[in-house]
Amino acid sequence: MTINEIQDEIISEFEMLGEWMDKYEYIIQLGKELPSMDESLKTDDRLIKGCQSRVWLHADYSDGLLKFTADSDALITKGLVALLVRVLSGHTPQQIAEAEIYFIEKIGLQNHLSPTRANGLLSMLKQMKLYAVALAAQNKL
Amino acid sequence: MENGTAHTPLLKNIAQVRQLFPILQSSVYGKPLVYFDNGATTQKPLQVIEAMDTYYRETNSNVHRGVHYLSGKATDAFEAVRKKVQRFLNAAQEHEIIYTSGTTAAINLVASSFGKKYVLPGDNIIISSIEHHANIVPWQMMAEERGASLKIIPMLPNGDLDMAAYESYLDDKVKLVAVNYVSNALGTVNPIEKIIELAHRNEIPVLIDAAQAVQHMPVDVQQLDVDFLVFSGHKMYGPTGIGVLYGKEKYLDAMPPFMGGGEMIQTVTFEKTTYQKLPFKFEAGTPAIAEVIGLGAAIDFIESVGIEAINRYETELLAYLIEALKSIPGLRFVGEPEKRAGVVSFLIGQHHPFDVGEILDKQGIAVRTGHHCAEPLMRIFNVPGTVRASVALYNTKEEVDVLVRGLRRAADMLG
Ligand SMILES: Cc1ncc(COP(=O)(O)O)c(C=O)c1O
Repeated sequence: MTINEIQDEIISEFEMLGEWMDKYEYIIQLGKELPSMDESLKTDDRLIKGCQSRVWLHADYSDGLLKFTADSDALITKGLVALLVRVLSGHTPQQIAEAEIYFIEKIGLQNHLSPTRANGLLSMLKQMKLYAVALAAQNKL
Repeated sequence: MENGTAHTPLLKNIAQVRQLFPILQSSVYGKPLVYFDNGATTQKPLQVIEAMDTYYRETNSNVHRGVHYLSGKATDAFEAVRKKVQRFLNAAQEHEIIYTSGTTAAINLVASSFGKKYVLPGDNIIISSIEHHANIVPWQMMAEERGASLKIIPMLPNGDLDMAAYESYLDDKVKLVAVNYVSNALGTVNPIEKIIELAHRNEIPVLIDAAQAVQHMPVDVQQLDVDFLVFSGHKMYGPTGIGVLYGKEKYLDAMPPFMGGGEMIQTVTFEKTTYQKLPFKFEAGTPAIAEVIGLGAAIDFIESVGIEAINRYETELLAYLIEALKSIPGLRFVGEPEKRAGVVSFLIGQHHPFDVGEILDKQGIAVRTGHHCAEPLMRIFNVPGTVRASVALYNTKEEVDVLVRGLRRAADMLG
């Protein structure tokens, strides 16, 4: 599936959920299901420091595909981290660099991407893009 | 001032008090707003909002400089509030009241000016482990500049200060003690009478950060014999951008100005400038005039209810809140001080405070989550932060019940 197909799939999943409570329960569920990152990977260079909750991001590049694993110490953030990984992981750097992330706004959680939220999610998205842009540039050389 | 029986009825009729706060009538996410983030800032009563509005409509002008009618009127109103603050704190003299932009600015002023005058290499400043960053960083900056060091009063496991350690730090190297009256992160009410008395025995002046105190309890600077006391208008029903530094004349007189500019000078030549007397020496530039007027209205509001009555009401509400929180499985308090005001910090099980705060938010309940600008303290407790509920005079037991139901729901959802 393309990045946008995955985003659309997530949007329709959330459309089936009614109230905010159901959406949050689903996100919390996703947070619980996302395997915790190996403690040895939770190093400071993988830490994206938000004021409120912390996010760790690990990137792996092989066979032309960029793969992400991530974790957070807050469950709701972790659920959203899981969604971002589902959308962006496993594509080419070029595709990731060019992707426009719209699903978070569409499912009504845009406040999580606001700079004032300081939960690390926005920084994580930026960091994912940064990896992709750097690799895409390298590939062009 | 306070007149118990005459004032109690207003608080008994809490619905009437709430009517005075427009924002308390609002909804968030379609749910009635339940505001328990008063430690961060309180909501504003109509009389504060209207005082500022009226000032801009009818009086606006610069102070202390004009020959014209409006300037005189603005200056009178501005200085009348200084008198009001003097009375509110029971300060000996009007010019011991310095307007600042807030607690942070007031502490920075003292750190800088007091430091220049009194602090030498090798000296010590005492602060405590339960301070807001505003009462840590300015001292660190000053200490670094002056070649001095900070001594930190440790905390007992319950969140009270270790007074024996404090006493042992007091020697002739210590130039100032700066501690809060009430901890914004834990709610600890520090024994400041004792802290001041012990410091004074060693002839050391004391600064009290009363940002979390003046809205909850009577503060009498002469009775306390405190040397400096600071607070913010916005945490006591007043506007943002205005705060107060109270300082004893003998120190303020001796300290050099903090900022230079208009208002604070007597004569200026390019060779030398002589400074105005107190309080203007410390009030460079055009002050926050409308905010001063708003602060005056906030003091009127507090006095119309009566600070003793507020204290009684909030103490009872806080006790009710703490009992109610105890009914939540897995809830643990972060800090269980002997004496508490305004604030309760807690965690539920292993749940991240941010998750709990977010689910409360969706139910229309505002609390604070995080480290509360007290990172060193969170490190001592070894927690990423806490959930903090802080009360004001308009909160009700019904709102406490809503909070507790909201917390149970959050705990359920986070499983
Ligand atoms: C104890 C304490 N000191 C200082 C401050 C800083 O106040 P302000 O941000 O109004 O300057 C606060 C505000 O949170 C506080 O609670």
